[in-house]
Order: sequence, then C-alpha cells, then structure tokens
Amino acid sequence: MTAGLSGNLVAVLLGIVTLLTVASLVILALKSRLPGNDYSELVLRIRTWWAIVAIFAFAILMGRIAAIILLAFVSFLAFKEYISMLPIRRSDRQVVFWAYLSIPLQYYWICKGWYWLFIVFIPVLVFLLLPFCMAVIGETKGYLHATGTLHWGLMITVFALSHAACLLALQTGTSRPDSGEGMLLYLVFLTQFNDISQYFWGKLLGRHKVTPLVSPNKTYEGLLGGVITTLLLAFPLAQVLTPLTPIEAVIAGLIIGIGGFIGDINISAIKRDLGIRESGRLLPGHGGVLDRVDSLTCTAPLFFHFVHYTHY
Amino acid sequence: MCQILRWLFFALVVQPLVLVAIGVNVVCNRKYLPRRGPAIIVANHNSHLDTLVIMTLLPMQMLTRIQPVAAEDYFLKNRILAWFAVNIIGILPIVRKFVPGKPDPLMPACKALTGGRVLIIYPEGSRGEPEHMTHFKKGIAHLARRYPQVPMVPVFLHGLGRILPRGKYLPVPFFCDVFVGKPLYGEKNIDVFMWKLKSSFETLSHQQQFPAWD
Repeated sequence: MTAGLSGNLVAVLLGIVTLLTVASLVILALKSRLPGNDYSELVLRIRTWWAIVAIFAFAILMGRIAAIILLAFVSFLAFKEYISMLPIRRSDRQVVFWAYLSIPLQYYWICKGWYWLFIVFIPVLVFLLLPFCMAVIGETKGYLHATGTLHWGLMITVFALSHAACLLALQTGTSRPDSGEGMLLYLVFLTQFNDISQYFWGKLLGRHKVTPLVSPNKTYEGLLGGVITTLLLAFPLAQVLTPLTPIEAVIAGLIIGIGGFIGDINISAIKRDLGIRESGRLLPGHGGVLDRVDSLTCTAPLFFHFVHYTHY
Repeated sequence: MCQILRWLFFALVVQPLVLVAIGVNVVCNRKYLPRRGPAIIVANHNSHLDTLVIMTLLPMQMLTRIQPVAAEDYFLKNRILAWFAVNIIGILPIVRKFVPGKPDPLMPACKALTGGRVLIIYPEGSRGEPEHMTHFKKGIAHLARRYPQVPMVPVFLHGLGRILPRGKYLPVPFFCDVFVGKPLYGEKNIDVFMWKLKSSFETLSHQQQFPAWD
C-alpha cells in the first residue's frame, strides 16, 4: 500500500470506530434514561459489531493476502451454515467435501489474479463436475434436489462472496495501483451501513410491507430511506476510497442500496423455506455468518462487475 | 515425553479442528461441565470425534485428568492404535463383556474415580448408525451406584455422525451442537437411574429441530 490510500483507509476505519462508539454511548444513555426496556439484544449486537470491525480492519490493514484469507474463511463459515441447515442425503457426504475444496481454490485464483478461472470455476467447472461426482456415487433418488441445493449454496456463499475479495485483485487500468483495499472497504462498509439504515428507517416510518410472506419487517419506507441514506454516504466515501467518478458513485450507491435488499430477501426466503429463523449462532445478536453477509452476497458481484466494467 | 506430545496434539490438531474447522457450539448449560474430578461425563456416541469434542470443551489444564472409557477389544487390537489411544488420548481400556470368574470389568473405572479422574462414558457401547441413539447399557448405573456422590453430567452431541461417521476417514465440516444437562447422581435402584438418564437425554435431544440425514 502507498501512503495516500492507506491514510484514507485508516481515516475511514477510524470513522467507523467513531460511529460504533457513538452507538455504544447511545445505548448506555438509553439504559440509564429508560431502564424499563430490554436492551440485551442491542448490546450483544453492538458488541459483535466491535469484534467484526476489529477483525476486518486488522485484515485489511495487514494487506491483500490477509484480507483474502479472511474472506475465504467467511465463505467457509457461510457455506458450513448453509449446508448444515439443509436436509442432506448420506451418500452426498463425500461430494460436500469436494464442494468445500472449491473454497480455497476459488480464493487461490484471486490471490493469483487469474480472473478467467475465477469467473468460470464455480459456475461452469464445479457446476458440471460435482453433479457428475454425485451420479458416480450412484444415488439417483433426490439427485436433482441435491445437486441444485448444493450448487445454489456454492454460488451464494463462495462464488458471489468471493467477488468482494476479487476487488483486491483489480490493479490495472486507470486507477491507482492499490485501490483494491479501498474498494473492498467501500463495498463492505456501505453494504452493512445500508442494512442498518434500512432497518432503522423501517422501524421509524415503516408501514407498507414489500414481502409480507418472506420478511415481514421489510417496508417500502425502510427501503427508500435506507437507499437514500446510503447514497448520501456513498458519494463522499467514493472520493476518498475509490477511483469512481461522482456519477459512478451515485450508481454504486444505488447498486449497494437495492442489491443489499435483494440479497437479504433471498436468504430470508431460504430460511423461511427451511423453517428456521437464524442460520447460526456464531455472531451473538446477529445470528449466523450467513445472516450477516446476506446482503453482501448480492452487492459484492454487482458492485464488482460495475467497477470492473467502468474502470478496468 | 508422551505428556508433551499429548499436549501438542490437543493444542495443534484437536483444538483447531474442533473449534475452527467444525466450530462446536455449546447450546446450553456449559456451566454443568465438571471442573474437577471425580466426575463422569455421559454422552451419546456417533463418531470418534465425540471424545475429542468433549475433551476440548473441558479446560486444557484438566487434560491429564480426563479418561475416556474405551473398548479394549477395539482400541488395543494393534500396537500403533493402542499406543496412540493410551498415551495421546489417554483412554481407560475396559472389557465390554462381563464374564463370570474374570475380574470385575468396572474395576479400572472405579480405580480412576477414586483417583479423582474425569471419565467419559458412552453407555450405547458403540458408535453404531450415525445420528441414531440406541439402547443404553446398564454398566453406567452400576458404576453410579457405587459412587453416589460423583456427579454424572449428561452431554448430548449432535452432528458429529455427519462429520465423521463410523467407517469413514475424511471429516466433512457440518454444524455440531452440544447440549449439556443437569448432573445426575447414582441411585440404589438401577432401573430408576436408567430411566432418569434416558429421560434426560430425551429432553436434551428434543431441544432443537435437526435437518434430516438419510
């Protein structure tokens, strides 16, 4: 990293720490002013945010490889949660192992900067070979269901999420040679910020439900308020973290605002289908890793391809 | 020498495997896990990993005091496995069948409890079909009757039969949930104790809905 960008990175990270500090103080104030309410969920959630921010900041400041390894680990945890909530046939155990192996490989292509392999590996090679492995094992009952659910999980938790890491491998073209870290921080921070602001606006003004059957807490008011707030932040942040022009920053903000909503709804629909509320318990107050990165599964590929198309 | 190897094996292999790759999740009542011996941990048995998971949940400084009770006919059948099982895992080998005229099969367990050890006992007697609990054998009740003051902590493990079932050599990561129950104590009446133990496992295993595995 060169001095300029790493300075901006640190400044934005400090900004995030400030936001969290303010949130922690607000909760402390609420606790002393209105002691009647139960804040335990909120307290847990903020505490987990502190841990997430600490780990993410550490990895991003340690450099490209550390950040890629962290994201690979996030993919691993998300895939494990996904595969653990599904009903699985006994005969597919071996194939699930091969599916796991695609995680280090996918992130290895990113480390190496092999864009072509990165983009075809899971959607083409794994898509064709894993069902073949299943067929060779020979259990045909439930075959389509098993291949379908397995590949859907790989696409969401590995392929889609790995686009966030692939931002680190973009280093040609018009931008500065080290803009990857900045764009990763931009994407992840805005996606999570968008989640929170949609939740916040929904709580504050929410009336009209978007998907009453899948996720009854999602309202048009929350969506709109969230997207606008995200846009307001996307614009100035793009100046310090990314090579995006002002107009592109607005489009990126829209992509993250709306994409986050789509990713969230997709994962909610799966949990609804399987009849579970949270994908795991690893992140107290949030649920599982998949619950936390649900929006990122949609914003990461959309944002990546937008940046890739406009700047590289 | 073996102590160092044992410690290294748990710190470098078992703990990363159990805590990171598998990511064991203790759902409830971690506080009931024993912190000192003598104590008995009773668990359902699906996988060789069961022992490693239970041993990881106890503090590392207790390592030398934990002894999983294991079948002599299986673990001592060849020299390499026997060395590993006895010196690295620290098993307490026992004879599975009671033969009249031969020494009491519970004797080694009694000695260990008197010496303040923490025993891990699988009353199913075998790993069996993955993720299916089978009939509990009564040896545990006899042991509990002899030591009525020793706490017996029921631990229900779910998921390890998917991760590493019997007959497979490659672990595949899935969720593993651990449910700890209230400690039980030995009773005069063997059947009453067995009924209590069984209903404790019933309750623990019904705390959560698990996805199908067949």
